[in-house]
Amino acid sequence: MTTTSYIVLSAILFTIGTVGFMIRRNAIVAFMCVELMLNATNLALVAFSKMHGALDGQVAAFFVMVVAAAEVVVGLAIIVTIFRTRRSASVDNANLLKF
Amino acid sequence: MIALPALLIPLATGATVAFWMLAPVMILGALGMIAARKPVHSALCLAAVMISLAVQYAALDAPFLFAVQIIVYTGAILMLFLFVLMLVGVDIAESLVETIKGQRTLAVLAGLGFGSLLVFAIGNAIVGPAAGLAIANSENGGNVQGIAALIFDRYVFAFEATSALLITAAVGAMVLAHRERLVKRRTQSDLAGLRLKRYAETGQHPGPLPTPGVFARHNAVDTPALLPDGSVSELSVSATLKARGAVLDSRGLVKPVDETVEAITEEETPRTTEDEL
Repeated sequence: MTTTSYIVLSAILFTIGTVGFMIRRNAIVAFMCVELMLNATNLALVAFSKMHGALDGQVAAFFVMVVAAAEVVVGLAIIVTIFRTRRSASVDNANLLKF
Repeated sequence: MIALPALLIPLATGATVAFWMLAPVMILGALGMIAARKPVHSALCLAAVMISLAVQYAALDAPFLFAVQIIVYTGAILMLFLFVLMLVGVDIAESLVETIKGQRTLAVLAGLGFGSLLVFAIGNAIVGPAAGLAIANSENGGNVQGIAALIFDRYVFAFEATSALLITAAVGAMVLAHRERLVKRRTQSDLAGLRLKRYAETGQHPGPLPTPGVFARHNAVDTPALLPDGSVSELSVSATLKARGAVLDSRGLVKPVDETVEAITEEETPRTTEDEL
């Protein structure tokens, strides 16, 4: 398999994640789209790692996974807190900071 | 000369098969994730994408990331998502009314533009065959050992920073999810006192509720218990079942009892008349 195919697949997944993040208003689904974008990036990193014949890309993907795990924990805690006070998981309803 | 045609046929390796079989699944899964109206369906689509991604990692000579992807992403992160979905409400389908007019169309257009830019830029930029990871993997005796050598040598400071990040995230999640108790917690003796007070004021029974089921007929939870006079004890069935209308019909339960009582009295009645004769 050429590296290009993996990178193109990664780019498509990243784009789908971006579009999903822009059109979905449920905070949890928007969050899943961010996860998809991170996963797409990981695929690109691992494909580049194979292309260059070095494991650094895999280590970078590993660090991305760790950061994603930490991000999910804090993000979901924020969503639960917002849901508890506002009874809604929609990103439109959290508008207290709106100008 | 005989072996030459076999050499000319491009060999389909496992990685190629995996890629062309799983790439459509991944793209369809990703599209399903952003199109599904129910968040749980989105989560399941994302799970399909992540597991396919794990297989791609395996095909890309990354067995460690293959395992980590399944354990951390599919196992931990996605389950966390599902837990929060259950907590926040599974069946909230979001409204399709756009808050900003034309936002969805514009977002899809922008996405198409961004995606084509990305794909065409990369398609032009990448040249040269892949070097392969065979040497890098065998250098330290394996993929996991190679990654460990990198993490604990060149990237050791990043690794230490990661541990600090994880601790901060754990503390942050605890602080965010923590709720201050506004009223004092009621102890066992408080609850017992309340029960007895209610008994004194309203006459409500302080003991446990009657259990459901009719002896020797049914013991399912949807069967109301019968009181000694043949009537149905409303308290013996859960209020949820009552609201759903799933409670067994009480007449069907009382009928056999009534029939038996009738049969006994009928049998007794002729005997008394015989005696009189």
